[in-house]
Amino acid sequence: APLDSSAPRGGEKHLVAPGDTITTDTGYMRGHGTYVEDDKLIASVAGVVERVNKLVCVRALKARYNGEIGDIVVGRITEVQQKRWKVETNSRLDSVLLLSSINLPGGELRRKSAEDELAMRDYLQEGDLISAEVQSIFSDGAVSLHTRSLKYGKLAQGVLVQVSPSLVKRQKTHFHDLPCGASVILGNNGFIWIYPTPEQKDDEAGGYTANLEPVPLSDREVISRLRNCIVALVTHKMMLFDTSILYCYEASLPHQIKDILKPEVTEEIVLEARQRLLDLEG
Amino acid sequence: EDLRVDGRGCEDYRCAEVETDVVSNTSGSARVKLGETDILVGIKAEMGTPKLEKPDEGFLEFFVDCSSNSPELEGRGGEELGTDIANTLYRVFSCENSVDLKSLCINPKEHCWVLYVDVLLLECGGNIFDAISIAVKAALFNTRIPKVRVLEDEEGTKEIELSDDPYDCIRLNVDEVPCIVTLSKIGYRHVVDATLQEEACSLASLLISVTSKGAITSMKKVGKGSLDPESIFEMMETGQRVGKSLHIALQKILDEEESLGMSRPKVGFLG
Repeated sequence: APLDSSAPRGGEKHLVAPGDTITTDTGYMRGHGTYVEDDKLIASVAGVVERVNKLVCVRALKARYNGEIGDIVVGRITEVQQKRWKVETNSRLDSVLLLSSINLPGGELRRKSAEDELAMRDYLQEGDLISAEVQSIFSDGAVSLHTRSLKYGKLAQGVLVQVSPSLVKRQKTHFHDLPCGASVILGNNGFIWIYPTPEQKDDEAGGYTANLEPVPLSDREVISRLRNCIVALVTHKMMLFDTSILYCYEASLPHQIKDILKPEVTEEIVLEARQRLLDLEG
Repeated sequence: EDLRVDGRGCEDYRCAEVETDVVSNTSGSARVKLGETDILVGIKAEMGTPKLEKPDEGFLEFFVDCSSNSPELEGRGGEELGTDIANTLYRVFSCENSVDLKSLCINPKEHCWVLYVDVLLLECGGNIFDAISIAVKAALFNTRIPKVRVLEDEEGTKEIELSDDPYDCIRLNVDEVPCIVTLSKIGYRHVVDATLQEEACSLASLLISVTSKGAITSMKKVGKGSLDPESIFEMMETGQRVGKSLHIALQKILDEEESLGMSRPKVGFLG
């Protein structure tokens, strides 16, 4: 049943701003992002109303990352503790990467001993960027990560773009090799990593070797252009997924890389990308 | 290779917006948005006594407020950054002919115009010194100081009379006002207009104030890294070149705004 006589029906979303009345029906329980005043349920954040049976809550558009099991995240190591690393992932609490949840270099499979504990800093130091998957969530909401696959691990040369987590679309895979010549990791926490596509997959490395050779100019141009396209899409609050980024990239080709951030050019490119996406759906 | 992360060359500035006359109760004001950095400058002209060592000149006073930027800069936190910026501005404007201070004199030894320049740092997105100096120059260009006449009675008492026409005012000549160009050293190269991330990677920077004719009026090195003397010469040359083109672009925008006159639609803070 609709909550409010003015609420849109069907698949449309009920958007509210702080102070908007969600419903005057007193039978609902108030969830996150709402409060009761004068027998009315009022939103306290700007976002989308979500209703589960009798519970009404408002999911904010600009919020910190809330971990779900199976999400891919890109994070930065902030601390090295006794048997774990603390990783910053744009969430309310720092995420945790346990020593038992990582792959050792060389792909060895063994129980981590006391020497491994002392050698933790050789694997991952403060300031390193990693890609990982969410293994579980603690009761306080902190997220526990693991890198138990060869596709996760330390990230070497590339560009990081920080966006709001709500703009990253949930997809089957978050690792994309774009046809324009670069690869991108769309972290669910809003951290997007753009890097040059590696020539061959080194499976023996186990994700710890950092390729520090200078990146050729052509690759750097592609990466800069992708970075500017992502910033342009974010300014216009469009969902980020591989197709939208690719369409935006193709729309930006006639312009120079540094011109993409000019307001007029940004609008033009995003409009064209949006049009192509609508054509794709319809 | 001349490619930065956002596609700019080493000597390119970000997209900048300049608007003057945004604050109505000041003598002159300007707002500058350089990428993420947002600066608001207001100038109030008030009458005061000239300094003892320069009795026939007016002077400028700078105040910088950084408290609206982030919680850690509120209250006393932003004071250090604010005084640092104010001292740099005093140094940049300490050159004799940057602003014609003699025109600010009303009565030698007794009355002169004091220009209180208030700088408000609304958002820090890297390269605040450049944006502040551009805003100060634009605000000085926009400043209108009312014309006053000194009348002397038979007894010798002097009276100051303000002219009746509100549009009758003196404008300042900003041709010699310098602009600061910050050159940050990253690796072996130096870049102009660094973003926050580029500033985090750079260990040393050189602040050069350049006039529109390319003359360097002051220089300051910031940062905990060291600079090679040869790279300092290279950075000075780049600073002169970039500074001259910056002045040309800024003057063009200011003249365009001026030509639109009083009927110019103001964007201000709502646009």
